[in-house]
Amino acid sequence: MSARTGMPDSLDTKDSVDISCRVNGETVAARVPVRQSLVDFLRHGLGLTGSHVGCEHGVCGACTIVLDGRCVRGCLLLAAQADGAEIETIEGATASGRLDALRAEFVTRAGLQCGFCTPGMLLTAAEFLDAGGGPDRSEIRDALSGNYCRCTGYHAIVDAVEAAARSHPRSA
Amino acid sequence: MKPAPFAYARPGTLAEAVALLGAEPGAARILAGGQSLMPMLNFRLAQPALLVDINRIADGAVLRQDADGLTLGPLVRHADLLRHCAAGRGHPLLAAALPLIAHSGIRNRGTVCGSLALADPAAELPACAVALDAELDLVSPRGTRRIGAEAFFRGIYETALAEDEMIAAVRFPPADPNWRWTCLEVARRQGDFAIAGLAAGFCATGAPAARLVAFGVAERPLRLAAAEAALTARGSDAAVATLADLDLLGGGDYPAAYRRQVLGTLLTRAAAALGAPA
Repeated sequence: MSARTGMPDSLDTKDSVDISCRVNGETVAARVPVRQSLVDFLRHGLGLTGSHVGCEHGVCGACTIVLDGRCVRGCLLLAAQADGAEIETIEGATASGRLDALRAEFVTRAGLQCGFCTPGMLLTAAEFLDAGGGPDRSEIRDALSGNYCRCTGYHAIVDAVEAAARSHPRSA
Repeated sequence: MKPAPFAYARPGTLAEAVALLGAEPGAARILAGGQSLMPMLNFRLAQPALLVDINRIADGAVLRQDADGLTLGPLVRHADLLRHCAAGRGHPLLAAALPLIAHSGIRNRGTVCGSLALADPAAELPACAVALDAELDLVSPRGTRRIGAEAFFRGIYETALAEDEMIAAVRFPPADPNWRWTCLEVARRQGDFAIAGLAAGFCATGAPAARLVAFGVAERPLRLAAAEAALTARGSDAAVATLADLDLLGGGDYPAAYRRQVLGTLLTRAAAALGAPA
């Protein structure tokens, strides 16, 4: 019996685990504490500091990453859960070029001020557009409702996503 | 904002998962989508000794629609079900309710069964489960049992789940084409917890029938039986009048009288949307 957890030793439970995953296309192997959040592992373990840590309870969206093709909260996942997963952070998404049109519109429309929310805004907006989202402003606001901008720059952000939706390859 | 220490296990099967739950009842928590549990861990509102991560259990994401209705395994995410329902399958009530749940990033990860197991009184899916007479399969080292949604929800975060039990599946009966459904709520922001919400169904074919289940206004999904009877017999104004007799939750910024007023407005809107008489 484990003194700390009270669980029988025969059950395979752990305080740290070995993980192997792909991050931005590169294979990563590491031993992580089971308490560590995925976003903390990406930032502190891998130096990928583009995913920001805001609220640490899933409200602000600043830690948004792409896990197995879907935008998720990096603060609501454990690093241990990344084992076997395909992860893309803002660094990888930027390097791939897939955010180029959105990024250009964010610059044109001044869709950022301090920039803290921007990585999450870009990844979430890209998922919205890739899923068929159009230039309807209320739909854009709905799609971005889980990402907080504390500089209150929402109008410019919606402007940028609307403009990107109009030039999205799907609309052509 | 970091969780208290816990041990971590990632079983490969449902049987292994419930064996871990049963080894030390009360010491372990199931980690499915984690969209409510992880914040509770980070706030240290929950401090389980062991997290049983079921995200890799075999066949956990089963989503099956057949003559028995819609059956969902414990790893079906809100986004999975929303995509299924958006294509005109699934159930019209679920199609109406799912977009109201949190935000896209949360729906991508959170699970339907996890939402039922948490039993947040302001959550949409428990009310939908009660409205549709969904059935839940609960599994433990002692075996499997089936329970109706009405009996499953007991109170605020309280369900019929024993400490060594988890939800293995939920089954929603097939949609009756004679019924129309909607789900409405009022929240401060899109995706926020509902101040009051209503899962509503109405059947105008043959003898009129209604199904009304409120959420966010009581300790558990609240079936509005008097309002159902009034709606079919006399219309929505009479149905709203029955809400005066309900004992609703108050507290915080939203006293019971306000929740009652919001619920009445939702009932009027739902009745109109479903073609029920005013």
